[in-house]
Amino acid sequence: MVKMSEKLISKTPEGPLSEKWTEHKTHIRVVSPGNKRKLEIIVIGTGLGGASAAASLGELGYNVKVFCISDSPRRAHSIAAQGGINAAKNYPNDNDSVYRLFYDTIKGGDYRSREGNVYRLAEVSNLIIDQCVAQGVPFAREYGGLLDNRSFGGAQVSRTFYARGQTGQQLLLGAYAALNRQIHLGTVKCYTRHEMLDLVVIDGEAKGIIARNLITGEIERHGAHAVVIASGGYGNVFFLSTNAMNSNGSAAWQCYKKGAFFANPAFAQIHPTCIPVHGEQQSKLTLMSESLRNDGRIWVPKKKEDVDKLRAKNIKASQIPEEDRDYYLERRYPAFGNLVPRDVASRAAKERCDAGFGVNDTGLAVFLDFKTAIDRLGKHVIEERYGNLFQMYEKITDVNPYVEPMMIYPAIHYTMGGLWVDYNLQTTIPGLYAIGEANFSDHGGNRLGASALMQGLADGYFILPYTIGDFLASKIQVLKTDINHTAFDKAEEGVKAKIAKLFAVKGNEPVDHFHKRLGHIMWEYVGMARNEKGLQTAIKEIKALREDFWKNVYVPGESGEFNQEIEKALKVADFLELGELMALDALMRKESCGGHFREEMQTEDGETLRDDVNYMYVSAWEYTGEGKEPEKHKEPLKYEFIKLATRNYKD
Amino acid sequence: MDLTLKIWRQKSAKDKGHFETYKVKNISPDSSFLEMMDILNDQLIREGSDPVAIEKGCKNDGPVVFDNDCREGICGMCSLYINGRAHGPDDDITTCQLHMRKFKDGDTITIEPWRSAAMPVIKDLVVNRNALDQILQAGGYISVNTGGVPDANSIPIKRETAEESMDAAACVGCGACIAACKNGSAMLFVSARVSSLALLPQGKIEGARRAKAMVAKMDELGFGACTNTRACEMECPKGISVAHIARMNREFLKAKLKD
Repeated sequence: MVKMSEKLISKTPEGPLSEKWTEHKTHIRVVSPGNKRKLEIIVIGTGLGGASAAASLGELGYNVKVFCISDSPRRAHSIAAQGGINAAKNYPNDNDSVYRLFYDTIKGGDYRSREGNVYRLAEVSNLIIDQCVAQGVPFAREYGGLLDNRSFGGAQVSRTFYARGQTGQQLLLGAYAALNRQIHLGTVKCYTRHEMLDLVVIDGEAKGIIARNLITGEIERHGAHAVVIASGGYGNVFFLSTNAMNSNGSAAWQCYKKGAFFANPAFAQIHPTCIPVHGEQQSKLTLMSESLRNDGRIWVPKKKEDVDKLRAKNIKASQIPEEDRDYYLERRYPAFGNLVPRDVASRAAKERCDAGFGVNDTGLAVFLDFKTAIDRLGKHVIEERYGNLFQMYEKITDVNPYVEPMMIYPAIHYTMGGLWVDYNLQTTIPGLYAIGEANFSDHGGNRLGASALMQGLADGYFILPYTIGDFLASKIQVLKTDINHTAFDKAEEGVKAKIAKLFAVKGNEPVDHFHKRLGHIMWEYVGMARNEKGLQTAIKEIKALREDFWKNVYVPGESGEFNQEIEKALKVADFLELGELMALDALMRKESCGGHFREEMQTEDGETLRDDVNYMYVSAWEYTGEGKEPEKHKEPLKYEFIKLATRNYKD
Repeated sequence: MDLTLKIWRQKSAKDKGHFETYKVKNISPDSSFLEMMDILNDQLIREGSDPVAIEKGCKNDGPVVFDNDCREGICGMCSLYINGRAHGPDDDITTCQLHMRKFKDGDTITIEPWRSAAMPVIKDLVVNRNALDQILQAGGYISVNTGGVPDANSIPIKRETAEESMDAAACVGCGACIAACKNGSAMLFVSARVSSLALLPQGKIEGARRAKAMVAKMDELGFGACTNTRACEMECPKGISVAHIARMNREFLKAKLKD
């Protein structure tokens, strides 16, 4: 039995699963409208979580300040989510339910998430769809005028709502519109091109932030009664990922260094269907939506000689006859076929490529083929469903996917780990909340497709606006935070010193050079397959790289100007620490679960092998000071309502 | 590929700005345009850090500042006027989706920021598009709060109508339509939002109010008038049709007639 750390009280309510959230809502405190006007909340980030939270909190009457690193809230990387959003509406009458969505999510996460949180997520999922439709999100519809659904990985029902291949964009535009309305009404003030560089803690509570105006370089102080982190994930540790260039882990990392625990940092998702790397000049990877696996079939040749001919460009994929193709997902997982969860599909692709069946000149690609679907449904149907994705693919690769299959390979896409939060989404620092991808709470060791949008909006629209009231109800007599407090002085000095230190190095390598090297280490040792020796090597190499960075980095220009290099340098300095914590967490977790695959722990046929006796817990890391080993805390996971099982997508 | 780049450099909003010429070598045709820009910046940073070069009197203005984020054509952050065209010499894409195979070895490429009075340059190739947010803040929404809304399927919408609304909603807010317009008009951008919402039963309710508020804000912020040149439609990376401008004009007229 794993012992619970005293510092990690999840506050999950007692009682039957389906009544927990209702019971909890009934008993938490609320703030009266008159008092809400006196309270200030800072929200960091304007993706689905941040925008929906800021808008909803503004509607309730709080004074909200929202910070955005881009020139507009609409640029946040939620915009790039393609395939869809899950909800348990059961509109297709295929026997879906809140319980089934909950069950699929827990199972998909390989039994490493909290029952209470996940059930609540499934419970509010339906409200999200209602909300989005009311906002004017143009979801796909049937000819009868009602909403259409499609399937995603890890589910045997069709519960995914979508707007072509631009679902994230449409949902974000909905949340952004709600945010714009509050900005117009004056309840929310939006700071664009601003980046949070530190959290200010006074008497153990989060009271504000230090931010940098990215245009002027000015360092600013902002106070509040509570701070909400909605800054997304840290997938860009890997340099090459499907994350946007500006996505970073720095806001969450500063919170960690101020005392917030960081949970399950090793849990990163590798998405099976991304456009393969083209070469050394590559700056980022592009995802091809999981929705494509509804109609696309994944395969490699059965014969090595066909592989050789493909690599030498002597034949095209379409020339390989049906009987010589290995549809390996359909072969290995008959029940789910091409729609197995992401971690399973990614490992299966790696297995085939490692065995020498990779179909491009680097040997790191498999086919995603639409021929069967085009023959069955006609080209126009495929075009209607995925037109923009096919266009995107063709623009990047110069290959027409209606004629020749797409080439895909796994890439880093999402991080399940993040700031540890309790049932109220509060971190271990009172007054500091984390929502969306920035927290760790709902996806365990692997997130199912179309669930990130669901979680971001669930947290922002329907959970945080309730739970934050419980905390703020005790703050109604507390005056506005004094930004001249010594804690602000200290935090500001720290930020300025760090910036000055980066400029002072005056080495001879650009920031990107170090970021790329970090990416190589992470992908090699902390990527799709991990082992003890490799992880130890990673830790050693990251430490050495970090030293090299602080000796040899060159940051041009100065701080008091629009300077994208200092922005990057600050992010990479944090990634060089975060990467090490990821490796440490992965080293400690001597089991395989979800996307965390330890080669020492696998079944005979290469599937993940969990160790529920020793590792059925959330690892939460506490910062103990520079150069010191962080302290690990454990939150044991209890499964009262679900029977633990080995994940099975075969039958 | 080896290329010559003529790039607009401007230190700040107040600076006059000028073109600088740079050379880049060994660019892969499979690289994206912005990856080519990364390579140039890497070169400029290395030159700037090289003490020998500095001693010889070599100085540069540092890396070129340009907006970019998702690099997959959806966030609308990247801009750039390339060889006289918004988002460069390929149709239906943003700059980040432009690939070097669209150019030839030895080409000279001219790179400028968006140029429009309502979107002033902040630095180098970065412009201030805050005015676009302000127009949407004036009314680009359906006034519903979180919670208390009807079941999603209680509002049936014709499939064709939903699709047309989606066509307009595909706008990424990059500002290419404004940069491409000789009048600096924001009509395509504004009408995409107005039209997308006006088509839906949920959005019709405050359609008139919305059109009036957004048009008034657009005029106030100094965007030009529309003279139907359709340059906006030509350069829109998402292929948004000028038919939406016609719909917005109808909405606006209806609203005005009621006044």
